[in-house]
Amino acid sequence: MNVVSNPHAENLVRYAESRPHVAVLSGDLTVATECHKFREAYPDRFFAMGMAEQNMLGWAGGMAREGWTPFVHSFSVFLYRRPYDQLQMSIAYPNLPVRLVGFLPGLDTPGGVTHQSIEDIAALRCIPNITILEAGDATEIESILELTDEIPGPVYLRMLRGEVPRLFPAHDPMRFNRARLLCEGTDITLLSSGRCTEEALRATAVLRACGVSLTHLHVSTLKPFSDPAILQAVSAARHGVITMENHVRIGGLGTATAEMMAEAGIGKKLIRIGIDDTYCSGATLQYLMRRHEIDALALVRRVETMLGADLDISDADLDAARVEDIQSRSSEQLEAM
Amino acid sequence: MSALASSSSDNLWQTHARRVAHGVRRRVLELTLKNNGCYLSQALSSADILATFYVKALRLGPSEGAYVPSEFFGVPGRNGVGRGQGDAYNGAPTPENDRLLISPAHYAVAVYATLTETGRLSPQAFSSFNADGSSVEMIGAEHSPGFALTTGSFGQALSQAGGIAMARRARGETGRCIVFMSDGELEEGQTWEGLQCLAHYNLDNVIVCVDVNRMQCDGATADQTRVEPMDARLEAFGCKAVTIDGHDIEAIDAAINGTAHPRRPLAVLCNTDSARGIPMLEARKPKLHYVRFGDEKEKEKYRRFLREWKFDGERESGAKGANQ
Repeated sequence: MNVVSNPHAENLVRYAESRPHVAVLSGDLTVATECHKFREAYPDRFFAMGMAEQNMLGWAGGMAREGWTPFVHSFSVFLYRRPYDQLQMSIAYPNLPVRLVGFLPGLDTPGGVTHQSIEDIAALRCIPNITILEAGDATEIESILELTDEIPGPVYLRMLRGEVPRLFPAHDPMRFNRARLLCEGTDITLLSSGRCTEEALRATAVLRACGVSLTHLHVSTLKPFSDPAILQAVSAARHGVITMENHVRIGGLGTATAEMMAEAGIGKKLIRIGIDDTYCSGATLQYLMRRHEIDALALVRRVETMLGADLDISDADLDAARVEDIQSRSSEQLEAM
Repeated sequence: MSALASSSSDNLWQTHARRVAHGVRRRVLELTLKNNGCYLSQALSSADILATFYVKALRLGPSEGAYVPSEFFGVPGRNGVGRGQGDAYNGAPTPENDRLLISPAHYAVAVYATLTETGRLSPQAFSSFNADGSSVEMIGAEHSPGFALTTGSFGQALSQAGGIAMARRARGETGRCIVFMSDGELEEGQTWEGLQCLAHYNLDNVIVCVDVNRMQCDGATADQTRVEPMDARLEAFGCKAVTIDGHDIEAIDAAINGTAHPRRPLAVLCNTDSARGIPMLEARKPKLHYVRFGDEKEKEKYRRFLREWKFDGERESGAKGANQ
């Protein structure tokens, strides 16, 4: 598994080249959200908006009414918490093509509670007209922007930055409302999203070696949530379904899955791996994922719970599956808070 | 009764605008009596500003909206309904035309009345104000006649105007964006974010007209959060600010069209009176946010006032006009 440095920075420049209606608005986080190369390439389409997110979202709405497609760049948390009303009344209600490009989702930041968008999907999923996409690796970062071309209304992009692993083949792009099948099995269906897919992959290799038969789907479209392949996979799971996300357990992937299962009358056990109903502290991603039990080991333990078995898998077993060059991912994250 | 038929005629725009303003006040009082409650004071304070916009000061094309609008047709989204639509009543969005962006949507009744008095909206449509299924909503959204934006949550139009104005400047358009605001909206933080950004980008194609009636829901603005000195604050944020009598239609037009403000947005502070034209409302100040009459006796008093109310343009919409 290789790692790609700042995939969004280059990809945004490439994407915008043939799309003169694409503008970038930055909330004083230009390098930190990897739109600095866009600024260099197309200075006339780059707009510094300062630290004023309410204004920035309204401004983007105004530009979108006049034919631009603004890609608003900030940390995820600043795109919805402070300007939630502006997001709804100036963008979502009129169904405008504004793209909210949010970085450092969930625990992806050592910045602590003020920077951790642990409830963004829950807060945004209930807003009419909005589409929610989440990237899980470099290949998805490189293909996520094209997916927005066909979406007339607002899109929230839950992004990864810095040293981003390439989990999926570069020629196999993200597809709208289509989960990515990573392995097939009969015991448990695992649905993971974003950062947690990489974490899940560390565990699934070890679990499969222990004889656990898993279907693993990586989910990148969180709203709408109507992929028939997901419905089919949760229906087919013998023991139950596990979801895994870098988000609180309420309102995200796990909730969407529960809603889908309940409405389809699928009476199977569901375990939702996610942050418990709590705010979090500032620390490294690895520490926080362990502490809040959304890492590979947490997945192993939940699989054991669901199967009622002790699989005798240790941290060392998971570490053996860990890829060397992605362990120091957080160095770049410290650059800008 | 139409205000246009109510007095001697001449061809002066001033007379026309004053008649429109008078008609707005009459219509909204009439509606307030009919519905037993309405945003009457907002119409009284803003009638001259809105009348001057439509009659003289702004470059607006002929209405492209339905004179008799259809029933409410749905919100923008998956059902295929598009954004905007209400601004069709302000004319085509040509490069030369001004865009009127109403910020405080609680002024909707005044906007509808102005459209009706200027022949852009039918009196029947005005009468359907706040009726179930009507697009002539109490607090308008962007499907409502005269509205380009959804601004019932205060302080959001200015930022959107910035995005629109920047896009229009990039296209080389000469038309301006006129944002109508209420002074209460100066309490919203986003207003100041918007102003600082408009100034940063030197957007002199934005003109902000503020109805300074010094009233808000809980009473006098001075008793809520002080927003004075408005002119100095606006200047400090990079605007050219002028203060005028907001009932003097010639001053309103002169401020909008005769103030040089190169590379800066223009803010026109229009001092107004929320009882203008109906002196007996004076006693109810500062509780005028939503006017509802009490008993039958009081209603009859206002009915009689309405019957006897004669057009006196200079008194209502002139520089020396006054209630007392």
